[in-house]
Amino acid sequence: MLFLAMWTGDIMFANAYELIVFILNFIGIYEPINNIFKTLGIEYVLRIIIVFVEIAVLFVFALLTIMFLTWMERKVVAMVQARYGPMVTGPRGLLQPVMDGVKLIGKEDIIPAKADRWVFTLAPFLVFIPALLIFIPLPFGESLIISDLNVGLLYIIAISAVSPIAILLAGWASNNKYSLMGAMRAVAQDISYTIPLALSAIAIVLFTGSLSTVDIVTAQNGTWFGFIPKWFIFLQPLGFILFLIASIAEMGRIPFDFQESEQELVAGFFTEYSGMKFAMFFLAEYAHLFSVSAIVVTLFLGGWSFPYISLLPAALVPLVSLGVFLVKTYAVIFFAMWLRDTVPRVRIDQLLNLGWKIMIPLALLNLLVTGFLLTVGVF
Amino acid sequence: MKTDELLINMGPVHPSTHGVLRFKLTMDGEIIKKCEIVMGYLHRGTEKLGEMKTYMQFVPYTDRLDYISAFPNNYAYVKAVEELAGIEVPLRAEYIRVLTLELNRIVNHLVMLGSLLLDLGASTMIMYGFRERENALALFDMLCGARMTFNYIKPGGVREDMPEGFIPKLNEFINDMDKRIDDYEQLISGNEIFMGRMKGIGVMSAQDAINYGMTGPSLRGHGVNYDIRKLEPYSVYPDLDFKVCVRNEGDSFARYMVRIDEMRESLHILRQVVDAMPPAKPASLAKYGIAPMTGVPTAVSTYFPRIFTPPPGEVYSRIEAPKGELGFYIVSDGTIKPYRIKIRSPSFCNLTAIPKMVEGLMIPDLIAAFGTIDVVLGDVDR
Repeated sequence: MLFLAMWTGDIMFANAYELIVFILNFIGIYEPINNIFKTLGIEYVLRIIIVFVEIAVLFVFALLTIMFLTWMERKVVAMVQARYGPMVTGPRGLLQPVMDGVKLIGKEDIIPAKADRWVFTLAPFLVFIPALLIFIPLPFGESLIISDLNVGLLYIIAISAVSPIAILLAGWASNNKYSLMGAMRAVAQDISYTIPLALSAIAIVLFTGSLSTVDIVTAQNGTWFGFIPKWFIFLQPLGFILFLIASIAEMGRIPFDFQESEQELVAGFFTEYSGMKFAMFFLAEYAHLFSVSAIVVTLFLGGWSFPYISLLPAALVPLVSLGVFLVKTYAVIFFAMWLRDTVPRVRIDQLLNLGWKIMIPLALLNLLVTGFLLTVGVF
Repeated sequence: MKTDELLINMGPVHPSTHGVLRFKLTMDGEIIKKCEIVMGYLHRGTEKLGEMKTYMQFVPYTDRLDYISAFPNNYAYVKAVEELAGIEVPLRAEYIRVLTLELNRIVNHLVMLGSLLLDLGASTMIMYGFRERENALALFDMLCGARMTFNYIKPGGVREDMPEGFIPKLNEFINDMDKRIDDYEQLISGNEIFMGRMKGIGVMSAQDAINYGMTGPSLRGHGVNYDIRKLEPYSVYPDLDFKVCVRNEGDSFARYMVRIDEMRESLHILRQVVDAMPPAKPASLAKYGIAPMTGVPTAVSTYFPRIFTPPPGEVYSRIEAPKGELGFYIVSDGTIKPYRIKIRSPSFCNLTAIPKMVEGLMIPDLIAAFGTIDVVLGDVDR
């Protein structure tokens, strides 16, 4: 009976916590457990446990995604370059990331003699943790969100602004000229590309009137004329292009991979890193790849929404929307990988010129026109 | 604000110095104030070694100079020896030599394109370039059993005749390459980022380029029509129809485009060589007073003893190698070993132009310019 109620009912949850509570209720074990904690007088413990479960699930999901992405990157590169890519470890080389992990853990953890030991050790964590924190307000599907922050978008932009600081720390602490130059470039690049990124995101906020990622996705539900999905990409084509370019720069990938620029600066700011500390940077890079693509999808490609998704039984919606979200995100990721294999790297001054002289004015213009059209009521 | 100059040692172990080359860069932020080249990490004393070997024994050592394009090295040395000793070469051998030279030119430019693009951060071109190079190496393998160090061209001709089925395979390669070069151009030449990185970068006037002793495609990118195949025709080049590819801009992009044009021109030459290839004739050794023997079935090599003594004298002989003018200066004192060998290698002379080219540019530009100069460190240091 309960199942039927769930199947046909129109249930929506604010976040994953409520979803978990509902499922526990549905199985019928939430009340008994809750009562046990109640009698002990420590009700909050159950709450904490559920939150920890959420975090664990997210963490595992993030790590698996990162591992999969490293494999996918190799396969996509291989596809473009007319070769096979990893084939030996596991079916079609799927276990290659595991072997990489084993190798990296087994490596000697070298700290250069003249490095600043504390900062040198701290920097990889400062890069990795924000990369994971961005996952918190990402709407993976209907009800599938860790926390629907009312300042979600601001939070995302603010958190991603932490990583330049950590990169600068890493580059400075390494006491290596290449590292320092790589770090300087990375910071210059991040600062100049966060601005067009934020500006084109603000244009979206003008439409929704809310910074919450869930509100942004809900605003993109539905269709025009019954077949064109109401995605912001159609309302904000210029904003989308600007945001996409800026986010590829944020990811630090070719054509904008100045943090590394292998052929010029050996490995950029992590030249001196090895072992797990190196792996941290590596993981953070792929976490960024996923989260930034997810943000592109959330803002411009309708997030988890899909035309006529509301016709589905309510119980299926979280699952289907998760699938829709992942498909869209991986499409953006594939685009980024494809781009990486096709184009050379731009030069650092060209990159900054593009950022300051073209993208920021265009983003401001886009914001102005959007604001004007909204005020006169065209949309 | 007080700023300081930064000294960066780029190399000898660095991803984009193509081997063991070291740039001593004095930087003002990202701008190169002064660039100093430190060479010699791969010095093997090849020239001195030549004095210890007989004329025939030195041929394999030439393979190791510019290991990307070993046939031209073989040929340049052998040509000098032949001029010194006055050795006649059968026509078929000359055609086979030109065939290998031009095929090697394509291989060389493929490697150059691949590594240039890799230096710019585009990782795909090197895979494509090496895929086609692999086909060419298979052809070399058919011809002489080696893929990179051939030891194929020897005084008097070539070591052995082409095997059966070589020409059809070669035709396949030529027809394939035609399409591939168009593919490369689609992938690279029109790319906005690529043009931004290459156009107007590493500019040098034609006069400066000549003064620095630049030769080959790198010089022809500066608008100088200088090709030894035309100036001092050797082998069967006078009979072949080809044009010298020249670009006038004198920047990295022009030097790159010359390579693309040259690959097309080389294919054109290869087609003519295949058409004009003289038929294989059984060797007649009668004039040397030797009865026909089984080892020399066709006339691809003049028969003479392995150890021979050229008359005393000296010779400087040069060819148009893929990288530029490759010259061998040999002094003979009438013994079985050369008295002195001096190699004028294109990579070395072209490389010296880099500091002038990149002053005031950035490290990425240095790498782009260096990639278009196309050096092999084995050729620089000898």
